[in-house]
Amino acid sequence: MRLSRKLLAIGLGTAALVALNQMFEHGLGNFQINPYYARIINLIGINVTLAVSLNLINGLAGQFSIGHAGFMAVGGYTATYLTVYHGKAIAALAGSTLSDGVGASLAMVASLAVGALAAALAGLLVGIPSLRLRGDYLAIVTLGFSEIIRVLILNIPAVGGATGFTDAIPITNFFWIFAMAILTIMVVRNIATSTFGHALATIRGDEIAAEAMGINTTRHKVLAFVISAAFAGVAGGLSGQLFANPLNPQNLNFVKSIEVIVMIVLGGIGSITGATLGATILTVLPEALRTFDRQFPGLRMVVYALLLILMMIFRPQGLLGRRELSWSWLGAGRRTKQPIGRSGTGGLAR
Amino acid sequence: MIDASSLLQTRSVTKSFGGITAVKTFTMDVARGALYGLIGPNGAGKTTVFNLLTGVYDTTAGEIHFDGARIDGKKPYAITRLGIARTFQNIRLFPDLTVLENVMAARHLRSRQTLADAVLGTTRHHREEQESRERAMSLLKLFDLDQLADERSTSLPYGSQRRLEIARALATDPKLLLLDEPAAGMNSQESFDLMHLIRRLRDEFALTILLVEHNMKVVMGICETIQVMDYGEAIAIGTPREIQKNRKVIEAYLGGG
Repeated sequence: MRLSRKLLAIGLGTAALVALNQMFEHGLGNFQINPYYARIINLIGINVTLAVSLNLINGLAGQFSIGHAGFMAVGGYTATYLTVYHGKAIAALAGSTLSDGVGASLAMVASLAVGALAAALAGLLVGIPSLRLRGDYLAIVTLGFSEIIRVLILNIPAVGGATGFTDAIPITNFFWIFAMAILTIMVVRNIATSTFGHALATIRGDEIAAEAMGINTTRHKVLAFVISAAFAGVAGGLSGQLFANPLNPQNLNFVKSIEVIVMIVLGGIGSITGATLGATILTVLPEALRTFDRQFPGLRMVVYALLLILMMIFRPQGLLGRRELSWSWLGAGRRTKQPIGRSGTGGLAR
Repeated sequence: MIDASSLLQTRSVTKSFGGITAVKTFTMDVARGALYGLIGPNGAGKTTVFNLLTGVYDTTAGEIHFDGARIDGKKPYAITRLGIARTFQNIRLFPDLTVLENVMAARHLRSRQTLADAVLGTTRHHREEQESRERAMSLLKLFDLDQLADERSTSLPYGSQRRLEIARALATDPKLLLLDEPAAGMNSQESFDLMHLIRRLRDEFALTILLVEHNMKVVMGICETIQVMDYGEAIAIGTPREIQKNRKVIEAYLGGG
């Protein structure tokens, strides 16, 4: 019963995404989506994957990582390398080519899987030594790691070095971006609501007490970190193979990692809904603020920063705090004026 | 020698922090089913003993045996899995979790589901979550906390937080329960109720209980054997009556004459 319902949901979801993808690429009747908007929507999907996956380690497990761009780079470059150099062979396995739907999809799946694996492996290597310790070691190590990766890539001509990986074949489309965003949300949500999620919350709350309750804190932290890194790798693979959006070491620096952190802090650290919302807002906002640039060039980023500062002053726990969007929450919102989840949910303020 | 009737034994356990020896050649035998008290003036090393038993600190020298296995040098989570659970002197509840979730989190170590079960939402996952919820609720009922199951743990009154800590410790299915000053901050009625509760727990859960406590009424009222520490060393051991008359103990508490 349960399984068949799940399969039905997956089937319907896939069909819906395929239909939307069709509309994205070929329009619907006379309606043709503006490529500029299409691009922003695609970037939202990629950023949701990034933010929700970072939320697993920073929000749920309470371990501060500032190297998400590093894992995105590892996964992205590995995935893109695979399609650029072996994509034809992969597509040929299905008797197809990269310009064909079947071949491109196969190459997409293969490259994302390999990219995720590479990022997960990098996560394991970084996580095992730094997560054995309590405190801010992870922040320092992840920061260093992502810089090492960036400098390394700069010096590999096969992936474009400083000019970026411009050889990338644009096989990423709306379907894959949103399929992966939904997958990330589902996986992180299922982890958060299971006893594994409770275990992560105990680590965030009090590591000594967590150990005393029989929770192997190192193992849980490393697992959460590796999963988080894998999805960052997926986001990298999607991003690097998106049309006119080549991976470039300059864009995968420390600032990119901070950008993702800002997304989850804005949405409410620890909340999956919050991370999704934060990623959406922070992708749209800089574009929406372009109107300012027409009158006062450069004002855009000032307004952007100002909005973030105001946000932290008036709502330090983020837009949603630790709350999640749920059916009961929507129901409660309808009955009373006040949206209530569990009362007194915390955030950065504590 | 290691005696099979004892559940917990320490042999000449020593712990030094730099130049300070907090616990010196400490030897203890806790029989199965015992209600064992560990007392001593402030700074005598009682909590350090707890931290050594639960693996929070590594011993400098000596051996600790629990239920036939040597446990010194093991990680805290591994020791808890073997069957030692504890409460803390300064309450350490998980602040982001509700009362129920605090207890459920302590069931996690007995869970056999893998992370993949949780991610895929398998039948095993749903069954185990359900079992864990039911077990946690029945423990909360025992401690009169079931009405507060969905409250945030840190919003409970102090006495209830102490009881919740004990409920959480019991959720790990321990053989030995270590209580670090369970009556601290309780009024006389609350500590009276606590004494009954501790005795009841020992009988109903077939537990062995080791407690550190300053409230002499509680210690003398429920412990069958009491060991007294001073300056990191065991200075006396015996029944409450013997301890009350022991000259060394009186000197440790009141100063030598």
